[in-house]
Amino acid sequence: MRKMLSFANRTMKEILRDPLTMAFGLGFPVVLLLLLSIIQANIPVDMFEPSHLTPGITVFGLSFMTLFSAQLISKDRTSSLLTRLYTTPLKATDFILGYLLPVIPLCIAQAVICYILALILGLQFSVNIIWAILMILVPSFFYIALGLLCGSAMTEKQVGGICGALLTNLSAWLSGIWFDISMLGKGIKTFANALPFIHAVELERAMVLGDIKAALPHLWWVLGYGIALMAIAVFVFLRQMKKQ
Amino acid sequence: MKNAIEIKGLTKDYKDIRAVDNLDLDIREGELFALLGVNGAGKTTTIKMLCCITQPTSGDALLNGKSIASDAPDVKKIIAVSPQETAVAPNLSVKENLNLMCGVHGLDKQRTIQRTKQMIEEFKLDRIQNKKASKLSGGWQRRLSIAMALISEPQILFLDEPTLGLDVIARSELWDTIRELKGKMTIILTTHYMEEAEELSDRIGVMRDGHLLAVGTAAELKEKTGEEKFENAFIKLVKGGAV
Repeated sequence: MRKMLSFANRTMKEILRDPLTMAFGLGFPVVLLLLLSIIQANIPVDMFEPSHLTPGITVFGLSFMTLFSAQLISKDRTSSLLTRLYTTPLKATDFILGYLLPVIPLCIAQAVICYILALILGLQFSVNIIWAILMILVPSFFYIALGLLCGSAMTEKQVGGICGALLTNLSAWLSGIWFDISMLGKGIKTFANALPFIHAVELERAMVLGDIKAALPHLWWVLGYGIALMAIAVFVFLRQMKKQ
Repeated sequence: MKNAIEIKGLTKDYKDIRAVDNLDLDIREGELFALLGVNGAGKTTTIKMLCCITQPTSGDALLNGKSIASDAPDVKKIIAVSPQETAVAPNLSVKENLNLMCGVHGLDKQRTIQRTKQMIEEFKLDRIQNKKASKLSGGWQRRLSIAMALISEPQILFLDEPTLGLDVIARSELWDTIRELKGKMTIILTTHYMEEAEELSDRIGVMRDGHLLAVGTAAELKEKTGEEKFENAFIKLVKGGAV
């Protein structure tokens, strides 16, 4: 346990000490929330109501966590530090948990900051917000697993393109955060519904409203994707570790 | 003297390439043994197998009696590696890098404080202990890298090209550090620099195409080849095959 925690502590420090983490991980969702709230103040749109918008922004922010963890893992894979650590008593599970666990508090912190800002901007406080923050763990699980998978399978350059551009765009446009996805047509709607992004946002929205019944179907979608992706990610990570 | 490393028929195949071919070698306890060879000779693959990073295709090696094939977790407890490139966590300070190595070796808090302090003193890292590793010069990073390898008090230390890319002064300082370690533990050094092997090692093994061509002290290898300069002896060995 101590060995794994030492490695996890290092992962946390490497992520937090990268200035891009603060700028994009925390800054970007906050700026988005502020800008869209300003639009809402001038031209009222239902989609931009704080109770509707904030859950979506918190989920969108998680795509940056995928980017940060994938970048660190892919960078580590090319470094001699990982070679050195492979010769220590650290086990494969220590490496996997050491990469995954430090990202969880960052996901929670990001959600907390977004909801605090939303409260300042006019979101009505209710105990449901606490549940929504706790429920962010489920989409976080999916996004963290995606980070482990991308970091294990891709180069640092590929991670920048796939996670930095493709994933953030998928997460932004196919999640129904800022517009109704049915506006894009039936085909796109079906495609978006088959992916976990829209379900993650709807799960959080239902939690903010305290509607557990509405949350459940989305919970299974996100959890299912998370578990499947984690299994693939662990397999790929172990394969890469052996290959290295 | 007892053998620290006993290599028996160690072989590694990568698809259709045999990187290490049926290697037999004994290295004595407390000895500084240098592995020399041109690129692709099989030095790094041999080190990787001895460090349990790569599984041998066949054969085995015993490190203080522990098998790399069947006791890898136990082998990892008694070895340390300073890899070819500087293996430090760039965004962590010097002290944090040392603490990280204590942690991954399972040292408790008190022992971590004690060993970190000791390494900082021994490697004269006190002035830079709070500086990020990425901000250090190449020489200091390499020195930190070796301190990180030594913090767990290994019985066997692998130094893979420790002075590669360093300037003359940094190399000389690192040689002093390695000299101080001699006799305290078994050290396996790989290098491209002939003078480094000659200056630091007790014995030298010359590899080519996965085979060990010759083993002996620098003086013995010069005598065997009839050369006065060690570099010429090495060239003769590698060009001419086994002596």
